[in-house]
Amino acid sequence: MSKYTEDDLREELKTKEYEYGFYTDLESETFPVGLNEDIVRAISKKKDEPQWMTDWRLEAFKIWKEMTEPEWANVNYKKPDFQSIAYYSAPTAVDPNKTLDDVDPDLLAMYKKLGISVDEQKKMNNIAMDIVVDSVSVATTFKKTLGEKGIIFMSISEAIKEHPELVKKYLGTVVPTKDNFYAALNSAVFSDGSFCYIPKGVKCPMELSTYFRINQAGTGQFERTLVIADQGSYVSYLEGCTAPSRDENQLHAAVVELIAMDDAEIKYSTVQNWFPGNAEGKGGVYNFVTKRGLCEKNAKISWTQVETGSAVTWKYPSCVLKGDNSVGEFYSIAVTNNYQQADTGTKMIHLGKNTKSTIISKGISAGKSQNSYRGLVQINSRAENARNFSQCDSLLMGNECGAHTFPYIEAKNKSAKIEHEATTSKIGEDQIFYCNQRGIDTEKAIALIVNGFSKEVLNKLPMEFAVEAQKLLEISLEGSVG
Amino acid sequence: MLKIKDLHASVEGKSILKGINLEVKAGEVHAIMGPNGAGKSTLASVVAGKEDYEVESGDIVLSDENLNELDAEERAHKGVFLSFQYPVEIPGVSVTNFIKTAINETRKAKGLEDMPAKDMLKLIREKSELLEIDRKFLSRSLNEGFSGGEKKRNEIFQMAMLEPKLAILDETDSGLDIDALRIVANGVNKLKSKDNAVVVITHYQRLLDYIVPDYVHVLYDGKIVKSGGKELAHELEEKGYDWIKEEVNA
Repeated sequence: MSKYTEDDLREELKTKEYEYGFYTDLESETFPVGLNEDIVRAISKKKDEPQWMTDWRLEAFKIWKEMTEPEWANVNYKKPDFQSIAYYSAPTAVDPNKTLDDVDPDLLAMYKKLGISVDEQKKMNNIAMDIVVDSVSVATTFKKTLGEKGIIFMSISEAIKEHPELVKKYLGTVVPTKDNFYAALNSAVFSDGSFCYIPKGVKCPMELSTYFRINQAGTGQFERTLVIADQGSYVSYLEGCTAPSRDENQLHAAVVELIAMDDAEIKYSTVQNWFPGNAEGKGGVYNFVTKRGLCEKNAKISWTQVETGSAVTWKYPSCVLKGDNSVGEFYSIAVTNNYQQADTGTKMIHLGKNTKSTIISKGISAGKSQNSYRGLVQINSRAENARNFSQCDSLLMGNECGAHTFPYIEAKNKSAKIEHEATTSKIGEDQIFYCNQRGIDTEKAIALIVNGFSKEVLNKLPMEFAVEAQKLLEISLEGSVG
Repeated sequence: MLKIKDLHASVEGKSILKGINLEVKAGEVHAIMGPNGAGKSTLASVVAGKEDYEVESGDIVLSDENLNELDAEERAHKGVFLSFQYPVEIPGVSVTNFIKTAINETRKAKGLEDMPAKDMLKLIREKSELLEIDRKFLSRSLNEGFSGGEKKRNEIFQMAMLEPKLAILDETDSGLDIDALRIVANGVNKLKSKDNAVVVITHYQRLLDYIVPDYVHVLYDGKIVKSGGKELAHELEEKGYDWIKEEVNA
């Protein structure tokens, strides 16, 4: 099956009839700061949600109020004041007077290195785009292709209205409202996100990336994603964009729920490159994300993540292997530089028989950053013949950064087989000199070494994404070895 | 081709090279021998441009161009190649990928486009056949899990691919059994031409049975204290280094 790529899309749009009508209602309404029941109600009302959704949010808010912010992660930051945040701001509006000349030249230089198209650059900086790639026609083109297969792919806000039965049935089933502090907060105030349903036996014919990248690059700080793969279906979902988003929002608390029914497979790839703060550790995004997938019988969920951004990352994409013979995979590259801190890993919960999980985690620390892997492999008493293989590798650059590994293993069934391997290495001056001697300069040498180190995970990314992710690794580590 | 003039160099304030003079012409093979700690490997590193070493005075000139101020990669672009005594491992980076990067970076420095993949493959095939290298070897991670012999063959393979003007072989014989030594030496001999030069650094004479030098120099306490033809190597093999030390100290 040939993949539908961005190039195909561009081609298609070029040949399409000129559609006039890029028109944006400039809306600048932002709610007052602080969080209370009225704000939750107001968010729900603003989004024109049905009563059951409003009630769900209010219930979540009640739960959140009773909870405290977790402190067990190996990160150190000033706790956000949740009463000084505005919880709803109208979708970032396009400023008709803004041009690319108004954008930070550093940011533009980075886009250039990443090979981001001018249209996308504009999109990411809220600049009105050329008519060719206006979001409405893009959405239409995709919806038609997907619609023919019965695939539903839309914003969660739309889905709440158009497919309430599906949203109601599955929302909060994998990540319950009371799962954790940030999940509860997200459930109360989520701004928008994506919804995807793949019908029985359908293989989604395209990576669900292009759409996302063009249409959802500017989603708000409390994102909610729900992906449902019905029996025997397959979908590969790409989240995020590889271009740096200099988001002013301090706090991001997203929730992603995946449901893979019998014999279904979901591949979920993320590239996270939020603003990491400056070289002195000022600013940057707090990224507190809850991602979890549920596998029914013979189902498979693969998480692949490349995390290079954010000042603080707290994120554990997990799999609940409920069905017999189900498979969970986690492939991760986490890069921290300067003063970044990342505490990330996964949980593999083995409930069914013959369940299998694989964890490959690659942490790269540079500057004064701290990079922790935290993972749980739990084998339940009824999970006969469960298997896990974990490999956690850390690469250090310089003498001021830290790499930490916190693997937790709980096996309640004697037939379990669990393997854990961990290595820590350092980019040595000898390696750099060796490369230099062969004509490879230091920046390129680091990129080569880091890409080699990350190869097993990079290989899991879809092709187009992998190339950009590689470049992103290079850029994130620029200037990290003097 | 290579002219080293009164070279003094130190590492962490400790003076190691104390006035080296050496001239190597195109087409020649020079051997630099000497006891442990004489400064042999330092000389190789200094010529290659390793940052840890401070050049205090003197000049390193390659084809009439002074290398003193150039970074290691720039010297490589000018045609300096160092076969390492202990080649490093780079996990996840295949031999092919590494050499491709090295060649293209060198081309970039010269203002050339990347070598087309077809030409690259052809070159790899030619050179691996010349050196009798199994091409399966080329898809392995650079030096990872390589035997001593494989590591040194890999160095010579890279030399073949990069076609340097000046190749410095630092203790290429260390850690090799006699068969591996022969294979590596044969490789070097095949790559020798009237347009390039080879400097062989070795503690023992045995490598010089296979790579026959035009000149042999003895390095002792940071200076070249004796030079001669290939017979000098045999003499050193027989008598050891003590008599040299005595001669110098006398």
